[in-house]
Amino acid sequence: MSRKLFLGTLIIAVFSVIAILAPLLSPYDPSQIDGANLLMPPSARHLLGTDSLGRDILSRMIYGARISLSIGIIAVGIATMIGLIFGSIAGFYGGLADSLIMRFVDIMLCFPAFFLILAVVAILEPSIFNIMIIIGLTSWMGPARLIRGEILSLKEREFIQAERAIGASNFRIINRHLIPNAIGPVLVNATLGIAGAILIESGLSFLGLGVQPPVSSWGNILIEAKSTLGIAWWITIFPGLAILITILGFNFIAEGLKEKIG
Amino acid sequence: MVSYITRRLLGIIPLLLGITIISFAIIHLAPGKPTTLEQSLNQKVSLEARERLDKLYGLDKPLHIQYINWLNKIIRLDFGRSFGDNRPVFNKIAERLPVTLAINILSLFFIFLVAIPIGIKSALNPNRAFDKSATIFVFLFFAAPTFWLALLLMNLFGIKLGWLPISGIKSLDFEYFTFSHKLLDLAHHLILPVFVSCIGGLAGLSRYMRSSMMEALNQPYIYSARAKGLTENQVIRKHALRNAILPIVTIVGLAIPGLLGGSVIFESIFALPGIGRLFYEAVMMRDYPLIMAEVVLGAVLTMLGNLIADISYAYVDPRIRYKNNS
Repeated sequence: MSRKLFLGTLIIAVFSVIAILAPLLSPYDPSQIDGANLLMPPSARHLLGTDSLGRDILSRMIYGARISLSIGIIAVGIATMIGLIFGSIAGFYGGLADSLIMRFVDIMLCFPAFFLILAVVAILEPSIFNIMIIIGLTSWMGPARLIRGEILSLKEREFIQAERAIGASNFRIINRHLIPNAIGPVLVNATLGIAGAILIESGLSFLGLGVQPPVSSWGNILIEAKSTLGIAWWITIFPGLAILITILGFNFIAEGLKEKIG
Repeated sequence: MVSYITRRLLGIIPLLLGITIISFAIIHLAPGKPTTLEQSLNQKVSLEARERLDKLYGLDKPLHIQYINWLNKIIRLDFGRSFGDNRPVFNKIAERLPVTLAINILSLFFIFLVAIPIGIKSALNPNRAFDKSATIFVFLFFAAPTFWLALLLMNLFGIKLGWLPISGIKSLDFEYFTFSHKLLDLAHHLILPVFVSCIGGLAGLSRYMRSSMMEALNQPYIYSARAKGLTENQVIRKHALRNAILPIVTIVGLAIPGLLGGSVIFESIFALPGIGRLFYEAVMMRDYPLIMAEVVLGAVLTMLGNLIADISYAYVDPRIRYKNNS
């Protein structure tokens, strides 16, 4: 295991454990408002300080890890599934299906993803569920292209011809042979995708169009950062660092996997 | 070359159709009529505005007729009127577009100016101190949310040091400045936003340039250049660099959707009057005609960017023209 892969896995494992054990680890109720302790700097009582409603930043970040990580993972799950279906159909069958699907991909790639996401959020109302789906529906094009390319080169190989010779169905060939052999680069891409999705979610939430308070995500803790700029540095620094370290973790894993797969 | 350009121009017709169909579909995503949803979500929108929307999209007609009518209007650049102030959407966008274009073009310029030398230097001495520190910066810049970096920089340069303004594009007394003073004032306001919008592209392009240069250095023509006794300087400048820099042209096209999307965030943070902030305001107010117009515009700009990038790539590298012909 390379150093990058190890470091990345360690970071993500730690954050995942924190997210899973949130109720046990967080010192306070993340939505508990405390009028006596507004904008308190980090101290022994509030390790990472409090926000303008007196809520404990550390607790909000611990619960925020749940939201941010699950949005990232589920959004990428959706994108990868769609990419797998479209990409393998296009790559395997070629012809009209291929040109239709790839044209669709080209069209989708014309839209600045953030514009598309914001437009849909404006119509459907921002909720955690909607955000996962919207990010997923606007980021499957990369995986689709990738899988199509892999399948195009795999389907000419001997083991696929052998499979055909013994009369395997198309579905079986795609499902049991092509996709499993193409999965390496897909995993690398998905890992990078999780990082991208978490960044999108944080940007959306920061603009007030993502995860809605009182539920906390790393992005929406930062909503207050602008109004408290120069007053409460802890509100800006800690959630941003959490995002940065998580993204680094996923990027390290992706780099490490890429080196391993070659 | 002419036939290549013709084919590419014909290729944008299905793209444009697709872009408009998807944009049109978005407004119909909502369960029920967009107008009923509009009313339930936002009490601020009056019945009158709802009727205006009904009329704009001709919601009583079948979908394909609605689409064709809408398409007919937007071809004539009629995007309807904004719910907010009832002005034509096209005018609202047109007056905000220059700021966004100026920032993005400046950003692209600085990205190229800085990233290309970094990439080259990294590629010439891979895994040495310079390359390694560049790699670390790339990883950090890729991982940091740009709006967070913007906040940190605003705090440092705007509030702690007080060197740079943190919001708006010009000072309050801008009208009374001399011309050169006006330019300076604009530049002063644009330093932070342009820097922030550069960061992602800077990291990406320097990586890309590094690998492109390393690939070029491994080509057979480099061996032959060395073998015929050229100095290392000539080999690098005339043979490796000129080949390595060609694919970079296409990056301009690829960078546009990211820059436009990013402009929503940093124009909001820095309170800049561009189309990104306009889009944000439109989303907050659920100003559908404006949202739709911006989505179409964003996609068309991206498509044109890609088209120009592809054509210039084919122009500088004839191999592309012939490869695509076959």
